[in-house]
Amino acid sequence: MTTANQSANLGALERYRNNFLKEVEANVEEGHMVKMCMQCGVCAGSCPFGPHWEHSPQKIFMMIRAGKRDEVLGSDSMFMCTSCYNCMVRCPRELPITHIMHGLANYAHRLGIAPKGQPTREFATLFWNNAIKKGRVNELTLTLRHYFRGGLVSGIKEAMAMQSIGLGLFLAKRLNPMEIFGGHGVKDLKGFHAIIAKAKEIEDRKKGFTA
Amino acid sequence: MTASIATNQTILVVGGGISGMTAALEAAECGKQVILVEKAPVLGGRTARLYRYFPKMCHPTCGLEINLRRLKQNRNVRLMTMTEVTAVSGSRGNYEVTLKVAPRFVNENCTACGKCAEAVSAEVPNPWNYGLDKMKAAYLPHNMAYPQRYVIDPSIVGTPEGEKAKAACPVGAVDLDMKEESVTLQVGAVIWATGWRPYDANKIQPYGYDRFPNVITSLEFERLADPQGPTGGKILRPGDGKEAKNIAFIQCAGSRDENHLRHCSRICCMASLKQTQYVREAYGDSGKSTIYYIDIRAIDRFEDFYQMVQKDATVSFVKSKVAKIVENTENGNPILHGVDTEGYHRYATEHDLVVLAVGMEPEITGVKLPDDIILDSSNFIEGSKDGGMFGAGSAASPLDVNRSVQSATAASLHAIQVIRKTASTEAA
Repeated sequence: MTTANQSANLGALERYRNNFLKEVEANVEEGHMVKMCMQCGVCAGSCPFGPHWEHSPQKIFMMIRAGKRDEVLGSDSMFMCTSCYNCMVRCPRELPITHIMHGLANYAHRLGIAPKGQPTREFATLFWNNAIKKGRVNELTLTLRHYFRGGLVSGIKEAMAMQSIGLGLFLAKRLNPMEIFGGHGVKDLKGFHAIIAKAKEIEDRKKGFTA
Repeated sequence: MTASIATNQTILVVGGGISGMTAALEAAECGKQVILVEKAPVLGGRTARLYRYFPKMCHPTCGLEINLRRLKQNRNVRLMTMTEVTAVSGSRGNYEVTLKVAPRFVNENCTACGKCAEAVSAEVPNPWNYGLDKMKAAYLPHNMAYPQRYVIDPSIVGTPEGEKAKAACPVGAVDLDMKEESVTLQVGAVIWATGWRPYDANKIQPYGYDRFPNVITSLEFERLADPQGPTGGKILRPGDGKEAKNIAFIQCAGSRDENHLRHCSRICCMASLKQTQYVREAYGDSGKSTIYYIDIRAIDRFEDFYQMVQKDATVSFVKSKVAKIVENTENGNPILHGVDTEGYHRYATEHDLVVLAVGMEPEITGVKLPDDIILDSSNFIEGSKDGGMFGAGSAASPLDVNRSVQSATAASLHAIQVIRKTASTEAA
């Protein structure tokens, strides 16, 4: 997996050399719209999270055009997007900003150069792995894995802090403790896994990740 | 040989602003018969409501006076005010036009003595000051009004107020029994000089034009600076009447925006650069103007004016489209939020007054265009399919006064060509 990432990364570097904008256009969802940005700054000013992340969409788009590949793909800003779509509805050029930010996050993640330990990225990975196992999210194992991501001690502490909510959910029959033993899956689990495998194969081929 | 028989050699010009007046006069001075219709009671349109022109900073009244003199000297123009076009049928060289003439309730005996206005106490919002103040319901729209004839607002007709106006008139000019009339005319060509209107600033929700009294439009600012305006030329902000010395101008308010007007309105950059000089005129070095912009589009020779304003120490430029405005509830000052493009600095800057440089869109109030008219993607008039109708001035494209006059002259020439062609067909 890691080697496939690395070779894809090196391949992309080789192919696009100094033209990072071209790389984004070819590989990132809605990447062809990046060049439409006129640097007015409304997205940056409209973002409710604006002051809390390093690179606003406006800045990211300019960095892409300036060929700052390492800085963009290593940025954690794309992962901070909460998908409120404020930037997108305000953009005077109708750039699909939210989609581009997610596309960049996904691309950086797949290349294996997105920032390590970024909470959103970690949780998204956890969620995905959990969901594809049985075709549905197992809320109990997902939360437990999340609590124990930093080790046993912090996991127990976090679980204890949330225990009243867990109990409430249990009493309201919203949480089944038996789910800890793997939980139930979708009908035709084999078929579901085949779909996911095929989708991954197609996406990898399209985005040049075939190892 | 041909079945096309022209029935009229007359050119109809719709709209009596600077473009319509120019188009009408250019054709009339070529010896053509022209009918000029205007829906307001006076000529001059939006131009008459500007304080100064860019780039020479001269007063629009000057150009208006020249055109009015040309009009008075010319027998070929028939002027109809308070008149709207309701229908156009037929084709190039042979149109039948239906006009609706609204009652003025004052006939041609009027000497503009103003006794009716003195007698009347009812007031109506003053459209010549964009509703910033009120005027008497018997009024002369402005000092340069042509025709120099009072108007009685329909709201007081049939009330004791209307009777007061009638009783006060020493020459029997007030006629409260006037009715709306419908007129049908034959014309050979039509020039649509129906002009523009400011983009509705209420639609730009983050700027709070509808919520904050100290956020105004560039057109309202023109009236504040004008000695004939509601404040007598003092720049007093509407919120509390205090002097506004620290003024922000926001460019592209509604223009170059897929959510609003997709076109660049072209005049607004120069209008704001011009208005910074109103601030300088009013306050000298103690005034302060800040222009928030995406790009300054001071087209061709106006670059000179831009450079002159850049050298002015009271004017600063921030390259950023403002994201939102909130109000400081303690003093009513608008606070502008955004991120600038030259360094990506996040700002929250307080000003006394915000002027939105609103975009131009084609005027549609009371304008009913024939189906044959071709419009561009922003609804500006490109012409007609049969080639007998033309757009002129800011009805055809977002233009300043200078370019409107050029556009009107061109439209006039096209109309003359239509008339010539039908005349020769008739002769044959």
